[in-house]
Amino acid sequence: MNDYGYLSIFSARANDLLIALGEHMLITFASVMLGCLVAIPLGIFLTKTDIGWIRSITFTITNVFNTIPSLAMLAMLLPLLGIGLVPAIVALFLYSLMPILRNTYAGFTSIDPHIIESARGMGYSTTQLLFQIELLLAVPYIMSGIRLTTVYIINWAALATLIGAGGLGELIVSGLGVYDKPLILAAAILAMLLALVADFSLGKVEKFFFKSAHSTQQQN
Amino acid sequence: MIQLEGINKTFDDGSEALKDINLHCNTGEITVLIGPSGCGKTTTMKLLNRLINQSEGKIYFDDKDITNMNPVELRRGIGYVIQHVGLFPHMTIEKNIGVVPRLLKWDDDRIKTRVNELLNMVGLDPDTYGQRYPSELSGGQQQRIGVIRALAAEPPIILMDEPFSALDPISREQLQDELIRLQKNIQKTIVFVTHDMDEALKIADQIVLMKDGVIVQQGTPEEILRHPADDFVKDFIGQKRLQQVQDIPTVGEVMNEKPVTIAPGRGLAEAMKVMENKRVDSLIVVDGNNTLEGYITVYDVTQAFDNEDQQVQDIMHTFRHTIHADMLLSNAIRMMNELKAPYLPVITEQHSLAGLITRGSIVGYMGDTYPSVRNGVV
Repeated sequence: MNDYGYLSIFSARANDLLIALGEHMLITFASVMLGCLVAIPLGIFLTKTDIGWIRSITFTITNVFNTIPSLAMLAMLLPLLGIGLVPAIVALFLYSLMPILRNTYAGFTSIDPHIIESARGMGYSTTQLLFQIELLLAVPYIMSGIRLTTVYIINWAALATLIGAGGLGELIVSGLGVYDKPLILAAAILAMLLALVADFSLGKVEKFFFKSAHSTQQQN
Repeated sequence: MIQLEGINKTFDDGSEALKDINLHCNTGEITVLIGPSGCGKTTTMKLLNRLINQSEGKIYFDDKDITNMNPVELRRGIGYVIQHVGLFPHMTIEKNIGVVPRLLKWDDDRIKTRVNELLNMVGLDPDTYGQRYPSELSGGQQQRIGVIRALAAEPPIILMDEPFSALDPISREQLQDELIRLQKNIQKTIVFVTHDMDEALKIADQIVLMKDGVIVQQGTPEEILRHPADDFVKDFIGQKRLQQVQDIPTVGEVMNEKPVTIAPGRGLAEAMKVMENKRVDSLIVVDGNNTLEGYITVYDVTQAFDNEDQQVQDIMHTFRHTIHADMLLSNAIRMMNELKAPYLPVITEQHSLAGLITRGSIVGYMGDTYPSVRNGVV
């Protein structure tokens, strides 16, 4: 019933594959962006607050999100948000929180306190200190959190098809239904490639920031 | 001038860091806060740029109460150097030095000029070092940058928190010398925290010795060495340094206490007569209250002798350098050597003439002190 083989599928069903890839990227991008928007400010807040229990509670909650199996997470969101793109993005967003939050926190706490002291002593206001010093020094850490999250989210996004969000997972599932091996393989390969490319390019960005931001804190 | 009045500081955990601190730091001088760790010296310094706020008491800069000032604005007007350098690792040297000028919104050309000027001042070539990152510099170079960064926006006050103590001994000496050299030109009010007595004695105009949040003694290095307030101060200075001082006489012990003087309103013939009688070639001019006015030399008198209307005050020169009786003789000799001065007047706090230190008086003192010299001469 198939009129394509393992290789020719890429040209025969290019259109379907590209649409699925686009959806996959959209889901990933949206959830990681949302994750950044929430987790980075939250992480910064956690480094500034003196109240210990807020910190531990936040970390516990985000940890709990990450322990929920992705299938279960989607199932749990189904009655709340229904089906489609939104619940999928919400679920993946919840997963993205923990790594970004942790790394933001680690990035800020890793800054040599003497750098902060000298900046304050020279007359940086709190906002200037945050944006011109602290954030720039923490960026390599935050970037590596984002990179880690993105790779995971690309993998998990394949499950989003179960609540009707589309993406490469949809091709895999429908391929399973009709035992279309080339289709399954093609979609899986694309998902892997996407993850590898994301990992590689974000790794480059991370390295760039690490070089310029830190030139490594070799001072003693 | 920086003034601290009745400062108390109790930290949130209830520990008393400072107790009734009263202190003033003169404009254009280096005031060194020194004491064992935990004595409150750093806390005292951080009150000045309000990184720490006092629990009680007032702090004034030139009679302005700084508690009413915006701390961020205040800090931009104060240079700050810390032990750990605190250069920003993500900025080039040039950017690091220009930090405060940028905060103050100087234009780029002005910042660039200033940065180059500062780098040249400490002997670092702007073309070579300007674009480097802090981690590419040695510890000594980093702290040089730390120091000039504090000078960048020409603040009148500079705070230095053990700036040289993490450096190797050679770099430390170099940076101390450089600081002394810089200070001669820039004349900033510097508050310098250290735990190293040698460093304090070397650079300080005023030393403030602290212990357990209290000022134990405040004075010039000379005063502290000569009159340590108690056993703690003696211990802190160390026996060796105390002995060294006691071996060297002060100017007061050596000076000629009755130099030949003349009043400013006298005539030139009279001056000539005095010189003849006392067999001297110059006269110290003092007024009726013995206040030092200047000096005249026999050359001045002979030059102007024909003019009968002239008085001593018309041909008198003023002294550019005067010394106090508690100065070490070794320092006075060095001064005379450097200035190529045949003599230096010794004055009291009230600017009246206490005596005169001359080459003759130094030789006379040495003759009395070292018998071998005396025997050799005779």
